[in-house]
Amino acid sequence: MREMIVSELSQAWHELARGFAHFLPRLIVMLILALVGWAIAYVVKVVLRSILRLVKFDKLSENAGASQLLTKAALPSATEMLSRFAFWVAWLGFILLGVSVLGILGLQQQIATFFLFLPRLFVAMFIMFFGLLAASFFSRAALLAAVNANVPSPRVLSLAVRSIIIVFVLSIVFEELGLAEQTMLVAFGIAFGALMLGLAIAFGTGGRDLAQRFLEKRFVREKKEDNEDELSPL
Amino acid sequence: METMSHGASSQGRAAVTRTEMKLAEETFLTDDFLRQLINVGEVDILVGLPTHNNAKTIGSIVHTIQSGILRWFPRERAVIINADGGSRDGTPELVTGVSIDDARPASNLHALRTLHSISTKYASSPASGAALRTILAAAELLRARACVVMSPESANIEPEWLSKLLHPIYRDGFDLVTPTYRRRKFEGLLITNLLYPMVRALYGVRIREAYTPEFGFSGRLGSQFLGQNIWNDGAGGAGVELRFSLAAIAGGYRICQSFLGEKDHIERSAADFVPALRQTVGVLFSALEPDFPLWSTVAGSQPVPTTGADQEALLEPVRANRKRLREMFSTGVAELESVFQSILSPSTLAELQRIARLGEEEFHYSAELWVRTVYEFAASYQKSVINRDHIIQALAPLFRGRMFTFVMENRNASANDVENNIEGLCLEFERLKPYLLQMWKSRE
Repeated sequence: MREMIVSELSQAWHELARGFAHFLPRLIVMLILALVGWAIAYVVKVVLRSILRLVKFDKLSENAGASQLLTKAALPSATEMLSRFAFWVAWLGFILLGVSVLGILGLQQQIATFFLFLPRLFVAMFIMFFGLLAASFFSRAALLAAVNANVPSPRVLSLAVRSIIIVFVLSIVFEELGLAEQTMLVAFGIAFGALMLGLAIAFGTGGRDLAQRFLEKRFVREKKEDNEDELSPL
Repeated sequence: METMSHGASSQGRAAVTRTEMKLAEETFLTDDFLRQLINVGEVDILVGLPTHNNAKTIGSIVHTIQSGILRWFPRERAVIINADGGSRDGTPELVTGVSIDDARPASNLHALRTLHSISTKYASSPASGAALRTILAAAELLRARACVVMSPESANIEPEWLSKLLHPIYRDGFDLVTPTYRRRKFEGLLITNLLYPMVRALYGVRIREAYTPEFGFSGRLGSQFLGQNIWNDGAGGAGVELRFSLAAIAGGYRICQSFLGEKDHIERSAADFVPALRQTVGVLFSALEPDFPLWSTVAGSQPVPTTGADQEALLEPVRANRKRLREMFSTGVAELESVFQSILSPSTLAELQRIARLGEEEFHYSAELWVRTVYEFAASYQKSVINRDHIIQALAPLFRGRMFTFVMENRNASANDVENNIEGLCLEFERLKPYLLQMWKSRE
């Protein structure tokens, strides 16, 4: 009996030792991968930060209105954010690669899913950034055009343009990420429809006089005023 | 591209060499147009006429040009090149259809050479850059010694204009002749309050009308400008006339001015305002970057030789809606605050916001503040702090404020007083030039 116990314990110990001996190289490989990954990710971060500074990405981000959002959220600059993001994605990639080397069942599929998700995440970020850029550009263009055409409430017009573009971009981003696609679609439809209906009602009833004045000014009196009073700049 | 010609002859056909033909074939000119030019051969005088739906005025303008050639250049080989931007009212046919015989009885003179008229359609929509490029390419191929571009909208054009714009080139060896006009009071305020003073302060040359639809130039200046790499960057469009003048200054060419008489009053609408800024201020700002080595070293300004009467404002003023000018300024300053924060310095913006709150009587947009505003816009344009076209558009409401002050300051002023005020503004632009240089360098 005693011998049996000793034998079982000895066998278990041997198996544990064998298992550990089998596992240790993998663990070391994982640690090496994590360490090398950290170094590579750090280089990626530094290089990317230099490139972004060189191309004045912060200025672009400022123009897009993304910098203002980051400042409000007490986050670092867009260049720093993107560099750090690249660092973490790269490092996490190496860590997950290392984890997969460990051969732990169940994790393999999760890791594969994560890597498959990365391109979609990048596309979503790309869409978001350029969407914000477009929203900023077109809202400013609308503001300037409205001011120079002497249209009443130019800032409201500009804000409406910006809001519509951002809502539209957000719906695309969520769809790209595959997050609550149906909910987002319905929410977007409701929000957009409500906005248009609200504007129509507001302009048709609440702003009837304003609309009348605006239309009169635009189509009836403007020509006369311009021809009589606009100085020729050239 | 379609081409029509009138009065073609075989004289001097061999003059266009094979090398030139090879070069020309590689250009944007169509074979048909090139054939017409080969038929013309070499010329001494070239009159460029860019058009687009100018059927109402073009007949009399071509007639006047022909009279001018008959009277002032009867011995010279001359050609009229009409670059048309897709007219649908038969303008090209009218250009080529005007016979030289119609001009003879009036002038009682006869040309000793054939006068050619060629019309070519450079595009299906008007573009001043493409039109000028077509004219310059034709001038180069025909080896024209002296060229002149005439506006199809100048209703009061006189045959003498050809002499005034061409003789300084043909006879005296100048390379660019810009006109001066007698204007109605308060007309051309963008020229007098921004373009003239700024070009003068930065480039050191006192050219009154650097942006003009009528100007004369030498063949060598035309060839040099044609060779510049500006035609495909989108900037070779509107305002190319100003770019041409600036290229002449930057290239050290001989420039003079010629007094043409009264400037025609053209009715404008509010919608013309921003395009006018793009064609002038936009072009000037964009030229500052490549021309920095030149203008950063220039101090003061020098007059250019001028023939005929100098600038003289008529006392009869153009009507101006002062209330609207001031209101649009105040609205612009309030509504565009976020845009101005990117362009202007905090002190300039604060000062603008202060005067925007003032009543009509107290309102005063001083020359110094105006110059600082313009220079800060120029520096911001160079650094592209926001979209460059947006920077130009943002200047419009501020310029209305400056117009208001100028109108108020000069409403009872004589022609001499107005001229003195413009001179004062020019000196302010010159005085504050170091401020622009400082901003230019600090923002680098």
